[in-house]
Amino acid sequence: MPQKNTESALSPEDAARLEAFEAHVGKGGYVEPKDWMPERYRKQLIRMMSQHAHSEVVGMLPEGNWITRAPSLRRKMVLLAKVQDEAGHGLYIYCGTETLGVDREELVEALLAGKAKYSSIFNYPTLTWADIGAIGWLVDGAAIVNQTMLAKASYGPYARAMIRICKEENFHKRQGYEIMATLSKGTPAQKAMAQDALDRWWWPSLMMFGPSDTNSPNSAELIKWGVKKKTNDELRQRFVDLTVPQAEAIGLTLPDPDLRYDEETKHWNFGEIDWDEFWTVVKGNGPCNKERLEARRRAHDDGAWVRAAAEAYAAKRNGHNRATAA
Amino acid sequence: MTQGDHPVGDTQWPLWEVFTQSAPGKPHEHAGSVHAPDAELALQNARDVYTRRGEAVSLWVVPADAITASSPSDAGPFFEPGNDKAYRHPQFYKVPRGVKVF
Ligand SMILES: [Fe+2]
Ligand SMILES: [Fe+2]
Repeated sequence: MPQKNTESALSPEDAARLEAFEAHVGKGGYVEPKDWMPERYRKQLIRMMSQHAHSEVVGMLPEGNWITRAPSLRRKMVLLAKVQDEAGHGLYIYCGTETLGVDREELVEALLAGKAKYSSIFNYPTLTWADIGAIGWLVDGAAIVNQTMLAKASYGPYARAMIRICKEENFHKRQGYEIMATLSKGTPAQKAMAQDALDRWWWPSLMMFGPSDTNSPNSAELIKWGVKKKTNDELRQRFVDLTVPQAEAIGLTLPDPDLRYDEETKHWNFGEIDWDEFWTVVKGNGPCNKERLEARRRAHDDGAWVRAAAEAYAAKRNGHNRATAA
Repeated sequence: MTQGDHPVGDTQWPLWEVFTQSAPGKPHEHAGSVHAPDAELALQNARDVYTRRGEAVSLWVVPADAITASSPSDAGPFFEPGNDKAYRHPQFYKVPRGVKVF
């Protein structure tokens, strides 16, 4: 067989299994938790899925900041429901990750210890109400592009979680876009607030798709194994193509002087991303990295009494059941 | 069920598999799983996690370790008895031309 040096010194048995596995996923086949899979596939999925789950959870923090300050009861209800959905998304994906043989507890511990990654976009601050609009429109919009692809991932539990999530994300994007459209039709100050939020969130949203293809070590392998179906740059392009007319429709300007339509490729060309900023935030030195982790830890600690009470109640009832059964 | 060496209130609780029935008359289908200390809270967590948009009219939660599953490595021989009996399908039988059987 061709050289496959992803795992060193494969036994002939494993080499045959690997070949069968790659043929199976190469044809678009699904992998289920108890199926044989290369250790590296398992590891890559645990890494990817846990980072995704953490992103859903940490993603609640920038928006949670505005729940008590939403400008109307309608907006407040909507934002609460949206943030609650993100908690659900985190749980769907943690539960999918557990099927690979890790405990959610380990994953949460890694997050709280600052050892796990999550999407860098959530390390930017939410300074005005318009940021809530920009996040729904752009951040959830970018997430939809990525998650629509992942809904066809080769790992069954991941794909199923993504299908469930995609159904919910559309509301997230629409409510954000509605906020931006409303502000943009408002007073000059409101429109300026919307434009300012767009200026700040546009580039970090493009960075959500990860490093460019020339600089993305994991991509080729994930594509070969059917986890991803498109490259980072392809997804980013799709997002730009979708978003440009949406910005135009509500009278806002994307902060990119190089943005222009290419008649030949039928795509929007855009300017160079500031990769130094990208790596700075990934490495933990973004504007809010510390604040987010501290907020997460505080929430975990503040919830300890609820977990203890639920456990004590369950233990008491178990004891009671045993006593009455005896 | 792992208490391990964690302080009380810091474990992840037992795992429950969640099944939802989308409408009366439909079967219950696997939706995912939740962690909960007991059945009652498992039901409430499952409701909050899997039915925020009227996805279910009925919910089951089952302790994950109570499920026995077939193993993928034996799937071939295990399901074989059902695969080689073409005579269990109506297409196996010839019917005179022009006759409507149903
Ligand atoms: Fe989400
Ligand atoms: Fe979302």
